[in-house]
Parts: sequence; C-alpha cells; structure tokens
Amino acid sequence: MDQTTLKENKIKNTASGEERESDLHIEYTTLNLGPTHPATHGIFQNILTMDGEIVIDSEQTCGYIHRAFEKIAERRPYYQITTLTDRLNYCSSPINNIGWHMTVEKLIGVDIPKRAQYMRVIIMEFARISDHLVCNAVIGVDTGALTGFTYLFQWREKIYDIFEHICGARLTTNIGRIGGLERDFSPEVYKKINEFLADFPKIFKEFSTLLERNRIFFDRTNKTGPITAERALNYGFTGPNLRAAGVDYDVRVANPYSSYEDFDFQIPIGVNGDTYDRFMVRQEEIWQSLKIIRQALDNMPAGKYFADVPEFYLPPKEDVYNNMEALIWHFKIVMGESDVPKGEVYHAVEGGNGELGFYLVSDGGRTPYKLHFRRPCFIFYQAYPEMIRGGMLSDAIVTLSSLNVIAGELDA
Amino acid sequence: MAGITNEFLLERLQQQFGEKIKAAEETFGIVSVVIEPDSILDIVKWLNTDNILKFKFLTDICGSHYPDLTGQELCAVYHVQSMENNVRLRLKAFMPVSKPEIPSLTSLYSSANWMERETYDFYGINFIGHPNLKRILNVEEMDYFPLRKEFPLEDATRTDKEDQYFGR
Repeated sequence: MDQTTLKENKIKNTASGEERESDLHIEYTTLNLGPTHPATHGIFQNILTMDGEIVIDSEQTCGYIHRAFEKIAERRPYYQITTLTDRLNYCSSPINNIGWHMTVEKLIGVDIPKRAQYMRVIIMEFARISDHLVCNAVIGVDTGALTGFTYLFQWREKIYDIFEHICGARLTTNIGRIGGLERDFSPEVYKKINEFLADFPKIFKEFSTLLERNRIFFDRTNKTGPITAERALNYGFTGPNLRAAGVDYDVRVANPYSSYEDFDFQIPIGVNGDTYDRFMVRQEEIWQSLKIIRQALDNMPAGKYFADVPEFYLPPKEDVYNNMEALIWHFKIVMGESDVPKGEVYHAVEGGNGELGFYLVSDGGRTPYKLHFRRPCFIFYQAYPEMIRGGMLSDAIVTLSSLNVIAGELDA
Repeated sequence: MAGITNEFLLERLQQQFGEKIKAAEETFGIVSVVIEPDSILDIVKWLNTDNILKFKFLTDICGSHYPDLTGQELCAVYHVQSMENNVRLRLKAFMPVSKPEIPSLTSLYSSANWMERETYDFYGINFIGHPNLKRILNVEEMDYFPLRKEFPLEDATRTDKEDQYFGR
C-alpha cells in the first residue's frame, strides 16, 4: 500500500491499548503472507502493510481452493452430496456428513431411532475432539512447542482408526446414511473406543500441563488477537471463537439435535476473546466431549441403527440379490429417483468451528434446487484484519491458527 | 432459555410493518417472510433494536435464482437469529434480474460484508451501499454469475453425453 493512501496516522497497539503517532516519513512495507506459506496451515493470502514488525493493515483474498460445491450440488441426488460436505471442514468431516443427513431427514420427515442418534453423537463428539486437537496442537507449534503436536497427533490417528472401523474411511469419511448409519458398531469399534477413553485422558492431561500454565506459551498467547463479545457477534462469530469472547451460544444446547438434550455437559466460555481463551475453550470442550461420549456409551439404547425409510436407506446387500423389492429400491436410490417433498429447510449443527448451517430449497426434483452452506470459517475470517491490527507479525500467525480457519470450509 | 413463539414473532412483525410483509409462512420451524427489497434495511434494523425480539445476529445471506418468476427472478435470502429468545427468521426479497438492487446491511453488521460479496459473486445481486462490492471466491475477470440457472454445470458444447434420462 502506498503510504500516501493511509488515512489514519495513529497506530493503536491492541495488546497494551496505547496509541502513538506514526511518523509521516515512515515507509511501510508490503508483505505477502501466503497464499501458500508453511505458517498459515492452509491456502490463505494476506497482503500485510507493515511498519517494521507491526501489522498496520491487512487485505485478505480467498477462493484459492474454491470448488463450486453449491453448483455441483444442484446436479447431484441427495445422498451423493454427502461426499461434498466431507470436503468443507475436513478436520471434522463426520459432523458435516451427519449435519447434511439431518437436513435431508428434516425435509423428508424421518424419525431416527434413539440408538442411531446416540451413535451419531459419539461419532460427532469424536470428530470434535480431533478437530480441536489439531487446532490446539498447532497453536503450540506456532509458539514453538512441537512436542505436543507430535504427541497428540498419534491420538488423532487413533480417532481416525475408530472412524475407519465404523465406516471404512479416515479423513473424508462419508459416514452414515440418510436415515441412520450404514452398519452397527462392531465389537472392534467398542474395543477401540474404550481403549481411547481409558488412555487418552492421561495423555491429554500431560499436554495440558505442558502448555496451559507454561510461562512462555502464556506470554505469547495472552492478549494476542483479542476480540470483544460485541464485535464477535457483529462479525457473525459462532462456536469456540465466540464462546472465547464470553457468549454462551452453542447450537447443541440452543437447538438440540440428535438427542443432545439427553446429555449432561457444560459450555466453557472465555473472557477476553484472545488466543489463550480460544485455546482454553477448546481444551475444555475436549473434556466435555469425552464426558458426552461416556454418557452415550453407558446409556446406549437397544434397537435399530436406521430408520424405516426404504426410499432413502439402501437395503442390505443380500436382500438386493435375492429380493425383487429390495433390488428396485436399491436401483431407485442409486439413480436418485426417490421422491422428495417440496420445501425450504434450514438446519444447523455445531461444527468444529461454529454453526454449520444448511439452507436447502427443494422443488421436488431429484436434486436440490438450491443448496447453501453457512460456513462458519468464511464468516468469521473477515474479522482477522481487525484482530491483528497493531500487533506483531508473529502474533498474527498465532491468531490465525487459534481461529482454526480451515481452507476447505472458507472456500467451499 | 426464554423463548418466544413463531406466532408471536410473526404477529409483532406484521403489526409493525403491515403492508411491507407481503407473504408469510412457517416452514420446518422457521418463519419465512417475503418483503420488498427496499425495506430490508428498515426491517433488519428494527429487528435488531426491538426490545422484545432482539434479533442481534445475522446468521447468513445467500441468493437464489428462479428464472420462471418473471419480474422477480432473483431472490436474496436472509437468516437472522435472536440468540436471547432462541428464535430464527428468514427474510426473502425478490427482485427482477434486469435491476437486481437491494440495500446493503454492512452498516449494521460487519459480517454482511463477505456474505454480500459472495452473493454478488454468484448471483450478481448489487448491494447498494456496500463499501467493496467485488468478487470474492471466483476470479475477478469472470464476466458472468455462475450460480444462475442458465449456466449448466457441464460444458454445454459436449455432444458425447446423452443427458435426457437422468439429470436436470
């Protein structure tokens, strides 16, 4: 940016709150952070105007991995759109998948059996843990603590092992079906979940002791990239980033879906809305997720793991080969010939980063007439320049990783 | 969490704006009202400042294209939400494709900035008063609005694919 185009001459340090006059003869440096920079963990470009090491302003660009999911979705039958949702927030794909299934189930009016709902809760909470683990471990990396990252990533692997045993895939899971889940949890899944629940808390406690009260980590993250509750709401923040600013909004509690009302858990909130608070909110949410998973396992109801919707739920393979009716349904589902009612649905779930909404318009055809994803990352990422203004460049990097902006969700 | 019912919300909205609310329905638990494009700023501002409703949060903005509705081809869809009362509301404003103009909400909500840019990018709806209305996800050289229905997903010049049986 040309120095003559700068309107304001004052530089405010958001950390200390002090303002100082900038020297008119200072030449600002333009620094291109990204689009592919190892410190940004994704394809983000920020054109920074720098005064030495202080960030004066930032201009963001996005769209580098835009894949036109909303257009593609207008040509795909409902069950094929699940694979698109995988690639939004790829750190917690199961939440996106199940959120999409629930949107369609709302439209066609299906009651999901309690057992399937509890199984979904277990899957979604594991996805939330893996999402938060990545984010918090990466905040550690950006402040110079690589140990926690290498340590915790083994445990993300173990969560992916559980997903693999549930649905056969690890990262882009395509988990579940419209109407339930594709299969019941096998004994192996229960074994892996129980192992995880037995071993992980100890490991995670170690990670917490490494960082939570670490002087260096605290000094690097406290009061960096702060945002007030009022500004956060104005910027459309949701999820852990909003809660770190002190607003106790969580879709799981405000509009419970998939039997979340049955579980006893707390919503952690922060005070300052800075990087440290965002870190701590995610830490506590991992403990709460473990608590939810334990409750769901203990109270797992008996019954079926899928609803009675032959128009949408694929029949078992042996029936398809031996039973005419099942073969017809199978064909109709795969070719996307099931009837869908007309209507407009908005359904929101609490994703890893906030309220993930699906706005679906159906005209009764085989594909959605219009599908829009409310992507939390896309909405709160625009607050980033305001949060880093007046701070140091190295703080800007930590702020970006603590916001946990996922490129796939940003660009859709 | 104290909540207000959809009936109360709709009644209060109609009481305040009367004629400006052109149609209203409740779909899947959310009240959906159709309004004139010109009145969007007034209505959202009133919803924000009203002491009872307290719709302080803009959830989402997106567009939609209905080529068959002559004179109201384009639609801007707003979702607003009152966290305190735990209720959502959908506002829809239809406008002709020849003059797709609607006031911008950026003066009220910072979050509207990118949402409106995205809607402009894909549907070509001009948000009057937006500080920086340019493309956001697509390349800036693009000279059409890709989510409008006249653009088929696949290359229209392809002849090797018969699509009359399955697919739009």
